[in-house]
Amino acid sequence: MSGDARYALLITLLCAATLTLFALSLTVGPAGIAFADSIMALFSDKADGVALIMQEIRLPRALLGLMIGATLGLSGAVLQGYLRNPLAEPGLLGISATASLGAVLSIYTGLAAAFALALPLAALAGAVVAVVVVQAMAGARGNSLLIILAGIAVSSFAGAMTSLALNLSPNPFAALEIMFWMLGSLTDRSMTHVWLAAPFMLAGWAMLGALGRPLDALTLGSETAASMGVDLKRVQFLAVFGTAASVGAATAVAGAIGFVGLVVPHILRPLVGARPSRLLLASALGGACVVLAADVAVRLIAPGRDLKLGVLTAIVGAPFFLWLVFRARRRLT
Amino acid sequence: MTLLCASGLNVSLGAKPVLRGLDLSVAAGEFVGLIGPNGAGKSTLLRAVLGLLPFTGEILLDGDDTAAMKARRRALKVAYLAQEREIAWAVPVETVVALGRAPHRPGFAAPTEADRAIVDEAMRRMDVTSFRHRIATELSGGEKARVLAARALAQDTPLLLADEPTAGLDPSHQIALMRLFGELAASGRGVVASLHDLGLAARWCSRLVLLDNGRIVADGRPGEVLTPQTLRAVYGVEAFFGEAGGAPVVHPLDLSGPAGG
Repeated sequence: MSGDARYALLITLLCAATLTLFALSLTVGPAGIAFADSIMALFSDKADGVALIMQEIRLPRALLGLMIGATLGLSGAVLQGYLRNPLAEPGLLGISATASLGAVLSIYTGLAAAFALALPLAALAGAVVAVVVVQAMAGARGNSLLIILAGIAVSSFAGAMTSLALNLSPNPFAALEIMFWMLGSLTDRSMTHVWLAAPFMLAGWAMLGALGRPLDALTLGSETAASMGVDLKRVQFLAVFGTAASVGAATAVAGAIGFVGLVVPHILRPLVGARPSRLLLASALGGACVVLAADVAVRLIAPGRDLKLGVLTAIVGAPFFLWLVFRARRRLT
Repeated sequence: MTLLCASGLNVSLGAKPVLRGLDLSVAAGEFVGLIGPNGAGKSTLLRAVLGLLPFTGEILLDGDDTAAMKARRRALKVAYLAQEREIAWAVPVETVVALGRAPHRPGFAAPTEADRAIVDEAMRRMDVTSFRHRIATELSGGEKARVLAARALAQDTPLLLADEPTAGLDPSHQIALMRLFGELAASGRGVVASLHDLGLAARWCSRLVLLDNGRIVADGRPGEVLTPQTLRAVYGVEAFFGEAGGAPVVHPLDLSGPAGG
């Protein structure tokens, strides 16, 4: 089969899997509602219990799973392509860490309790700080090593400040709330969260999605890419700000969900013939599949215990990544 | 027709001046070998022309000032074969070569028949067609070099800059590449290649430019540039000079002065 036909088949399969998992996410939950009833209730005007559960609880949860998964997969694929480093992931630029810090500070100061949207807004503000610092440190010429180093410094500092907030937290409940928030979850999110995150994510996707061709050229190194007409400044701007907008919004509404942005591009890369441009859409769909599946799994594995999504993705993702490294070790040495 | 015209070119890397007031122009039909010791400024000159380094002075490509030129427009005028043979992902050879067509296509447009024909021709000329479906990262160094050269050919520009293109190639592929550059020049393009192999430079280039310490110290036909005096002064070597089949033969023999006896 030719490369184009294989790619079309892969995208079709991923779309089908995403739709299936989205439907599963809508229909799996503690309130045992039959499949047909739940889908009907989604579109009903009646304000009965089933409609309320579907429209106010499950729909936002499934939508956020889809959007956050796509964000993590897409930004992971873009950053790996841009930095030409298979270890790059959305957390690398320090955006997840500073967004978490913003959220933690809003919990710590009590703002989050006083005003419902204070937490996601503070997290977005944190992401903005990270992107400004990283962009300023790396300069306009687009040196990827400087971006990695600046991202590590910003991440470490935000991590230390988060620890400080935990250290000085006024009471154990605040500390527990901070800890739980940082684990990453989609439980009890409302449509307000969807409306808050959607514009940032859409803007971020548009910026990241425009990078396909430049990322292909960057396969041959930044200087050769520049000689092929790639504007390195523009690529850096789109990669950094696109990641900040989409991943910042994802972290703001769900906390940090690790390993999706790292592992998904890895799994899919060989299936798209390693072309960075083809990895973008595939990885966005793959990320959506993984997050939706994980969010269904946490409801099935421990229905009464509120198992956190971020914990599950790391527990499954880390050993899986180890297996990938194990399989690739002959090629890497 | 002048493809490249640099005048009063100054480039500094950090505080160190690398090119000092350099003037160079390359016309269509010329195959220019850029020679000189390590650190003379050969690569810096090529990278300044490509807009990869900040410079003062003026660089014209095809008569247009590069200072205000967009990367995409520059990519239609000049192609670059880098010294580093970087291929980051495990993509097939023909995908790498086809990347050279990117500047010719707007937005998300698919490659046309003409694009495919140019890619096929570039692969044929660089003798890589037989392994077009292999994964580029799994090739030997010499094969990779030819694939990347085919990529630069596929860009199909009036001017080609190559940074040490023959390094790491076996003699037959070295000669094939030099012949190809000569053919490109003969067909009305311009080629500028930085070279360390004086023998290849002497035999195949139509013109040599000898750089030392950021300045041009000799510029002309190979026989005029490669003389015992210039090699002793610039490289500090003694060489054998001869002639075979109507073309000069130069082979460095030993160090000049006390070290070489």
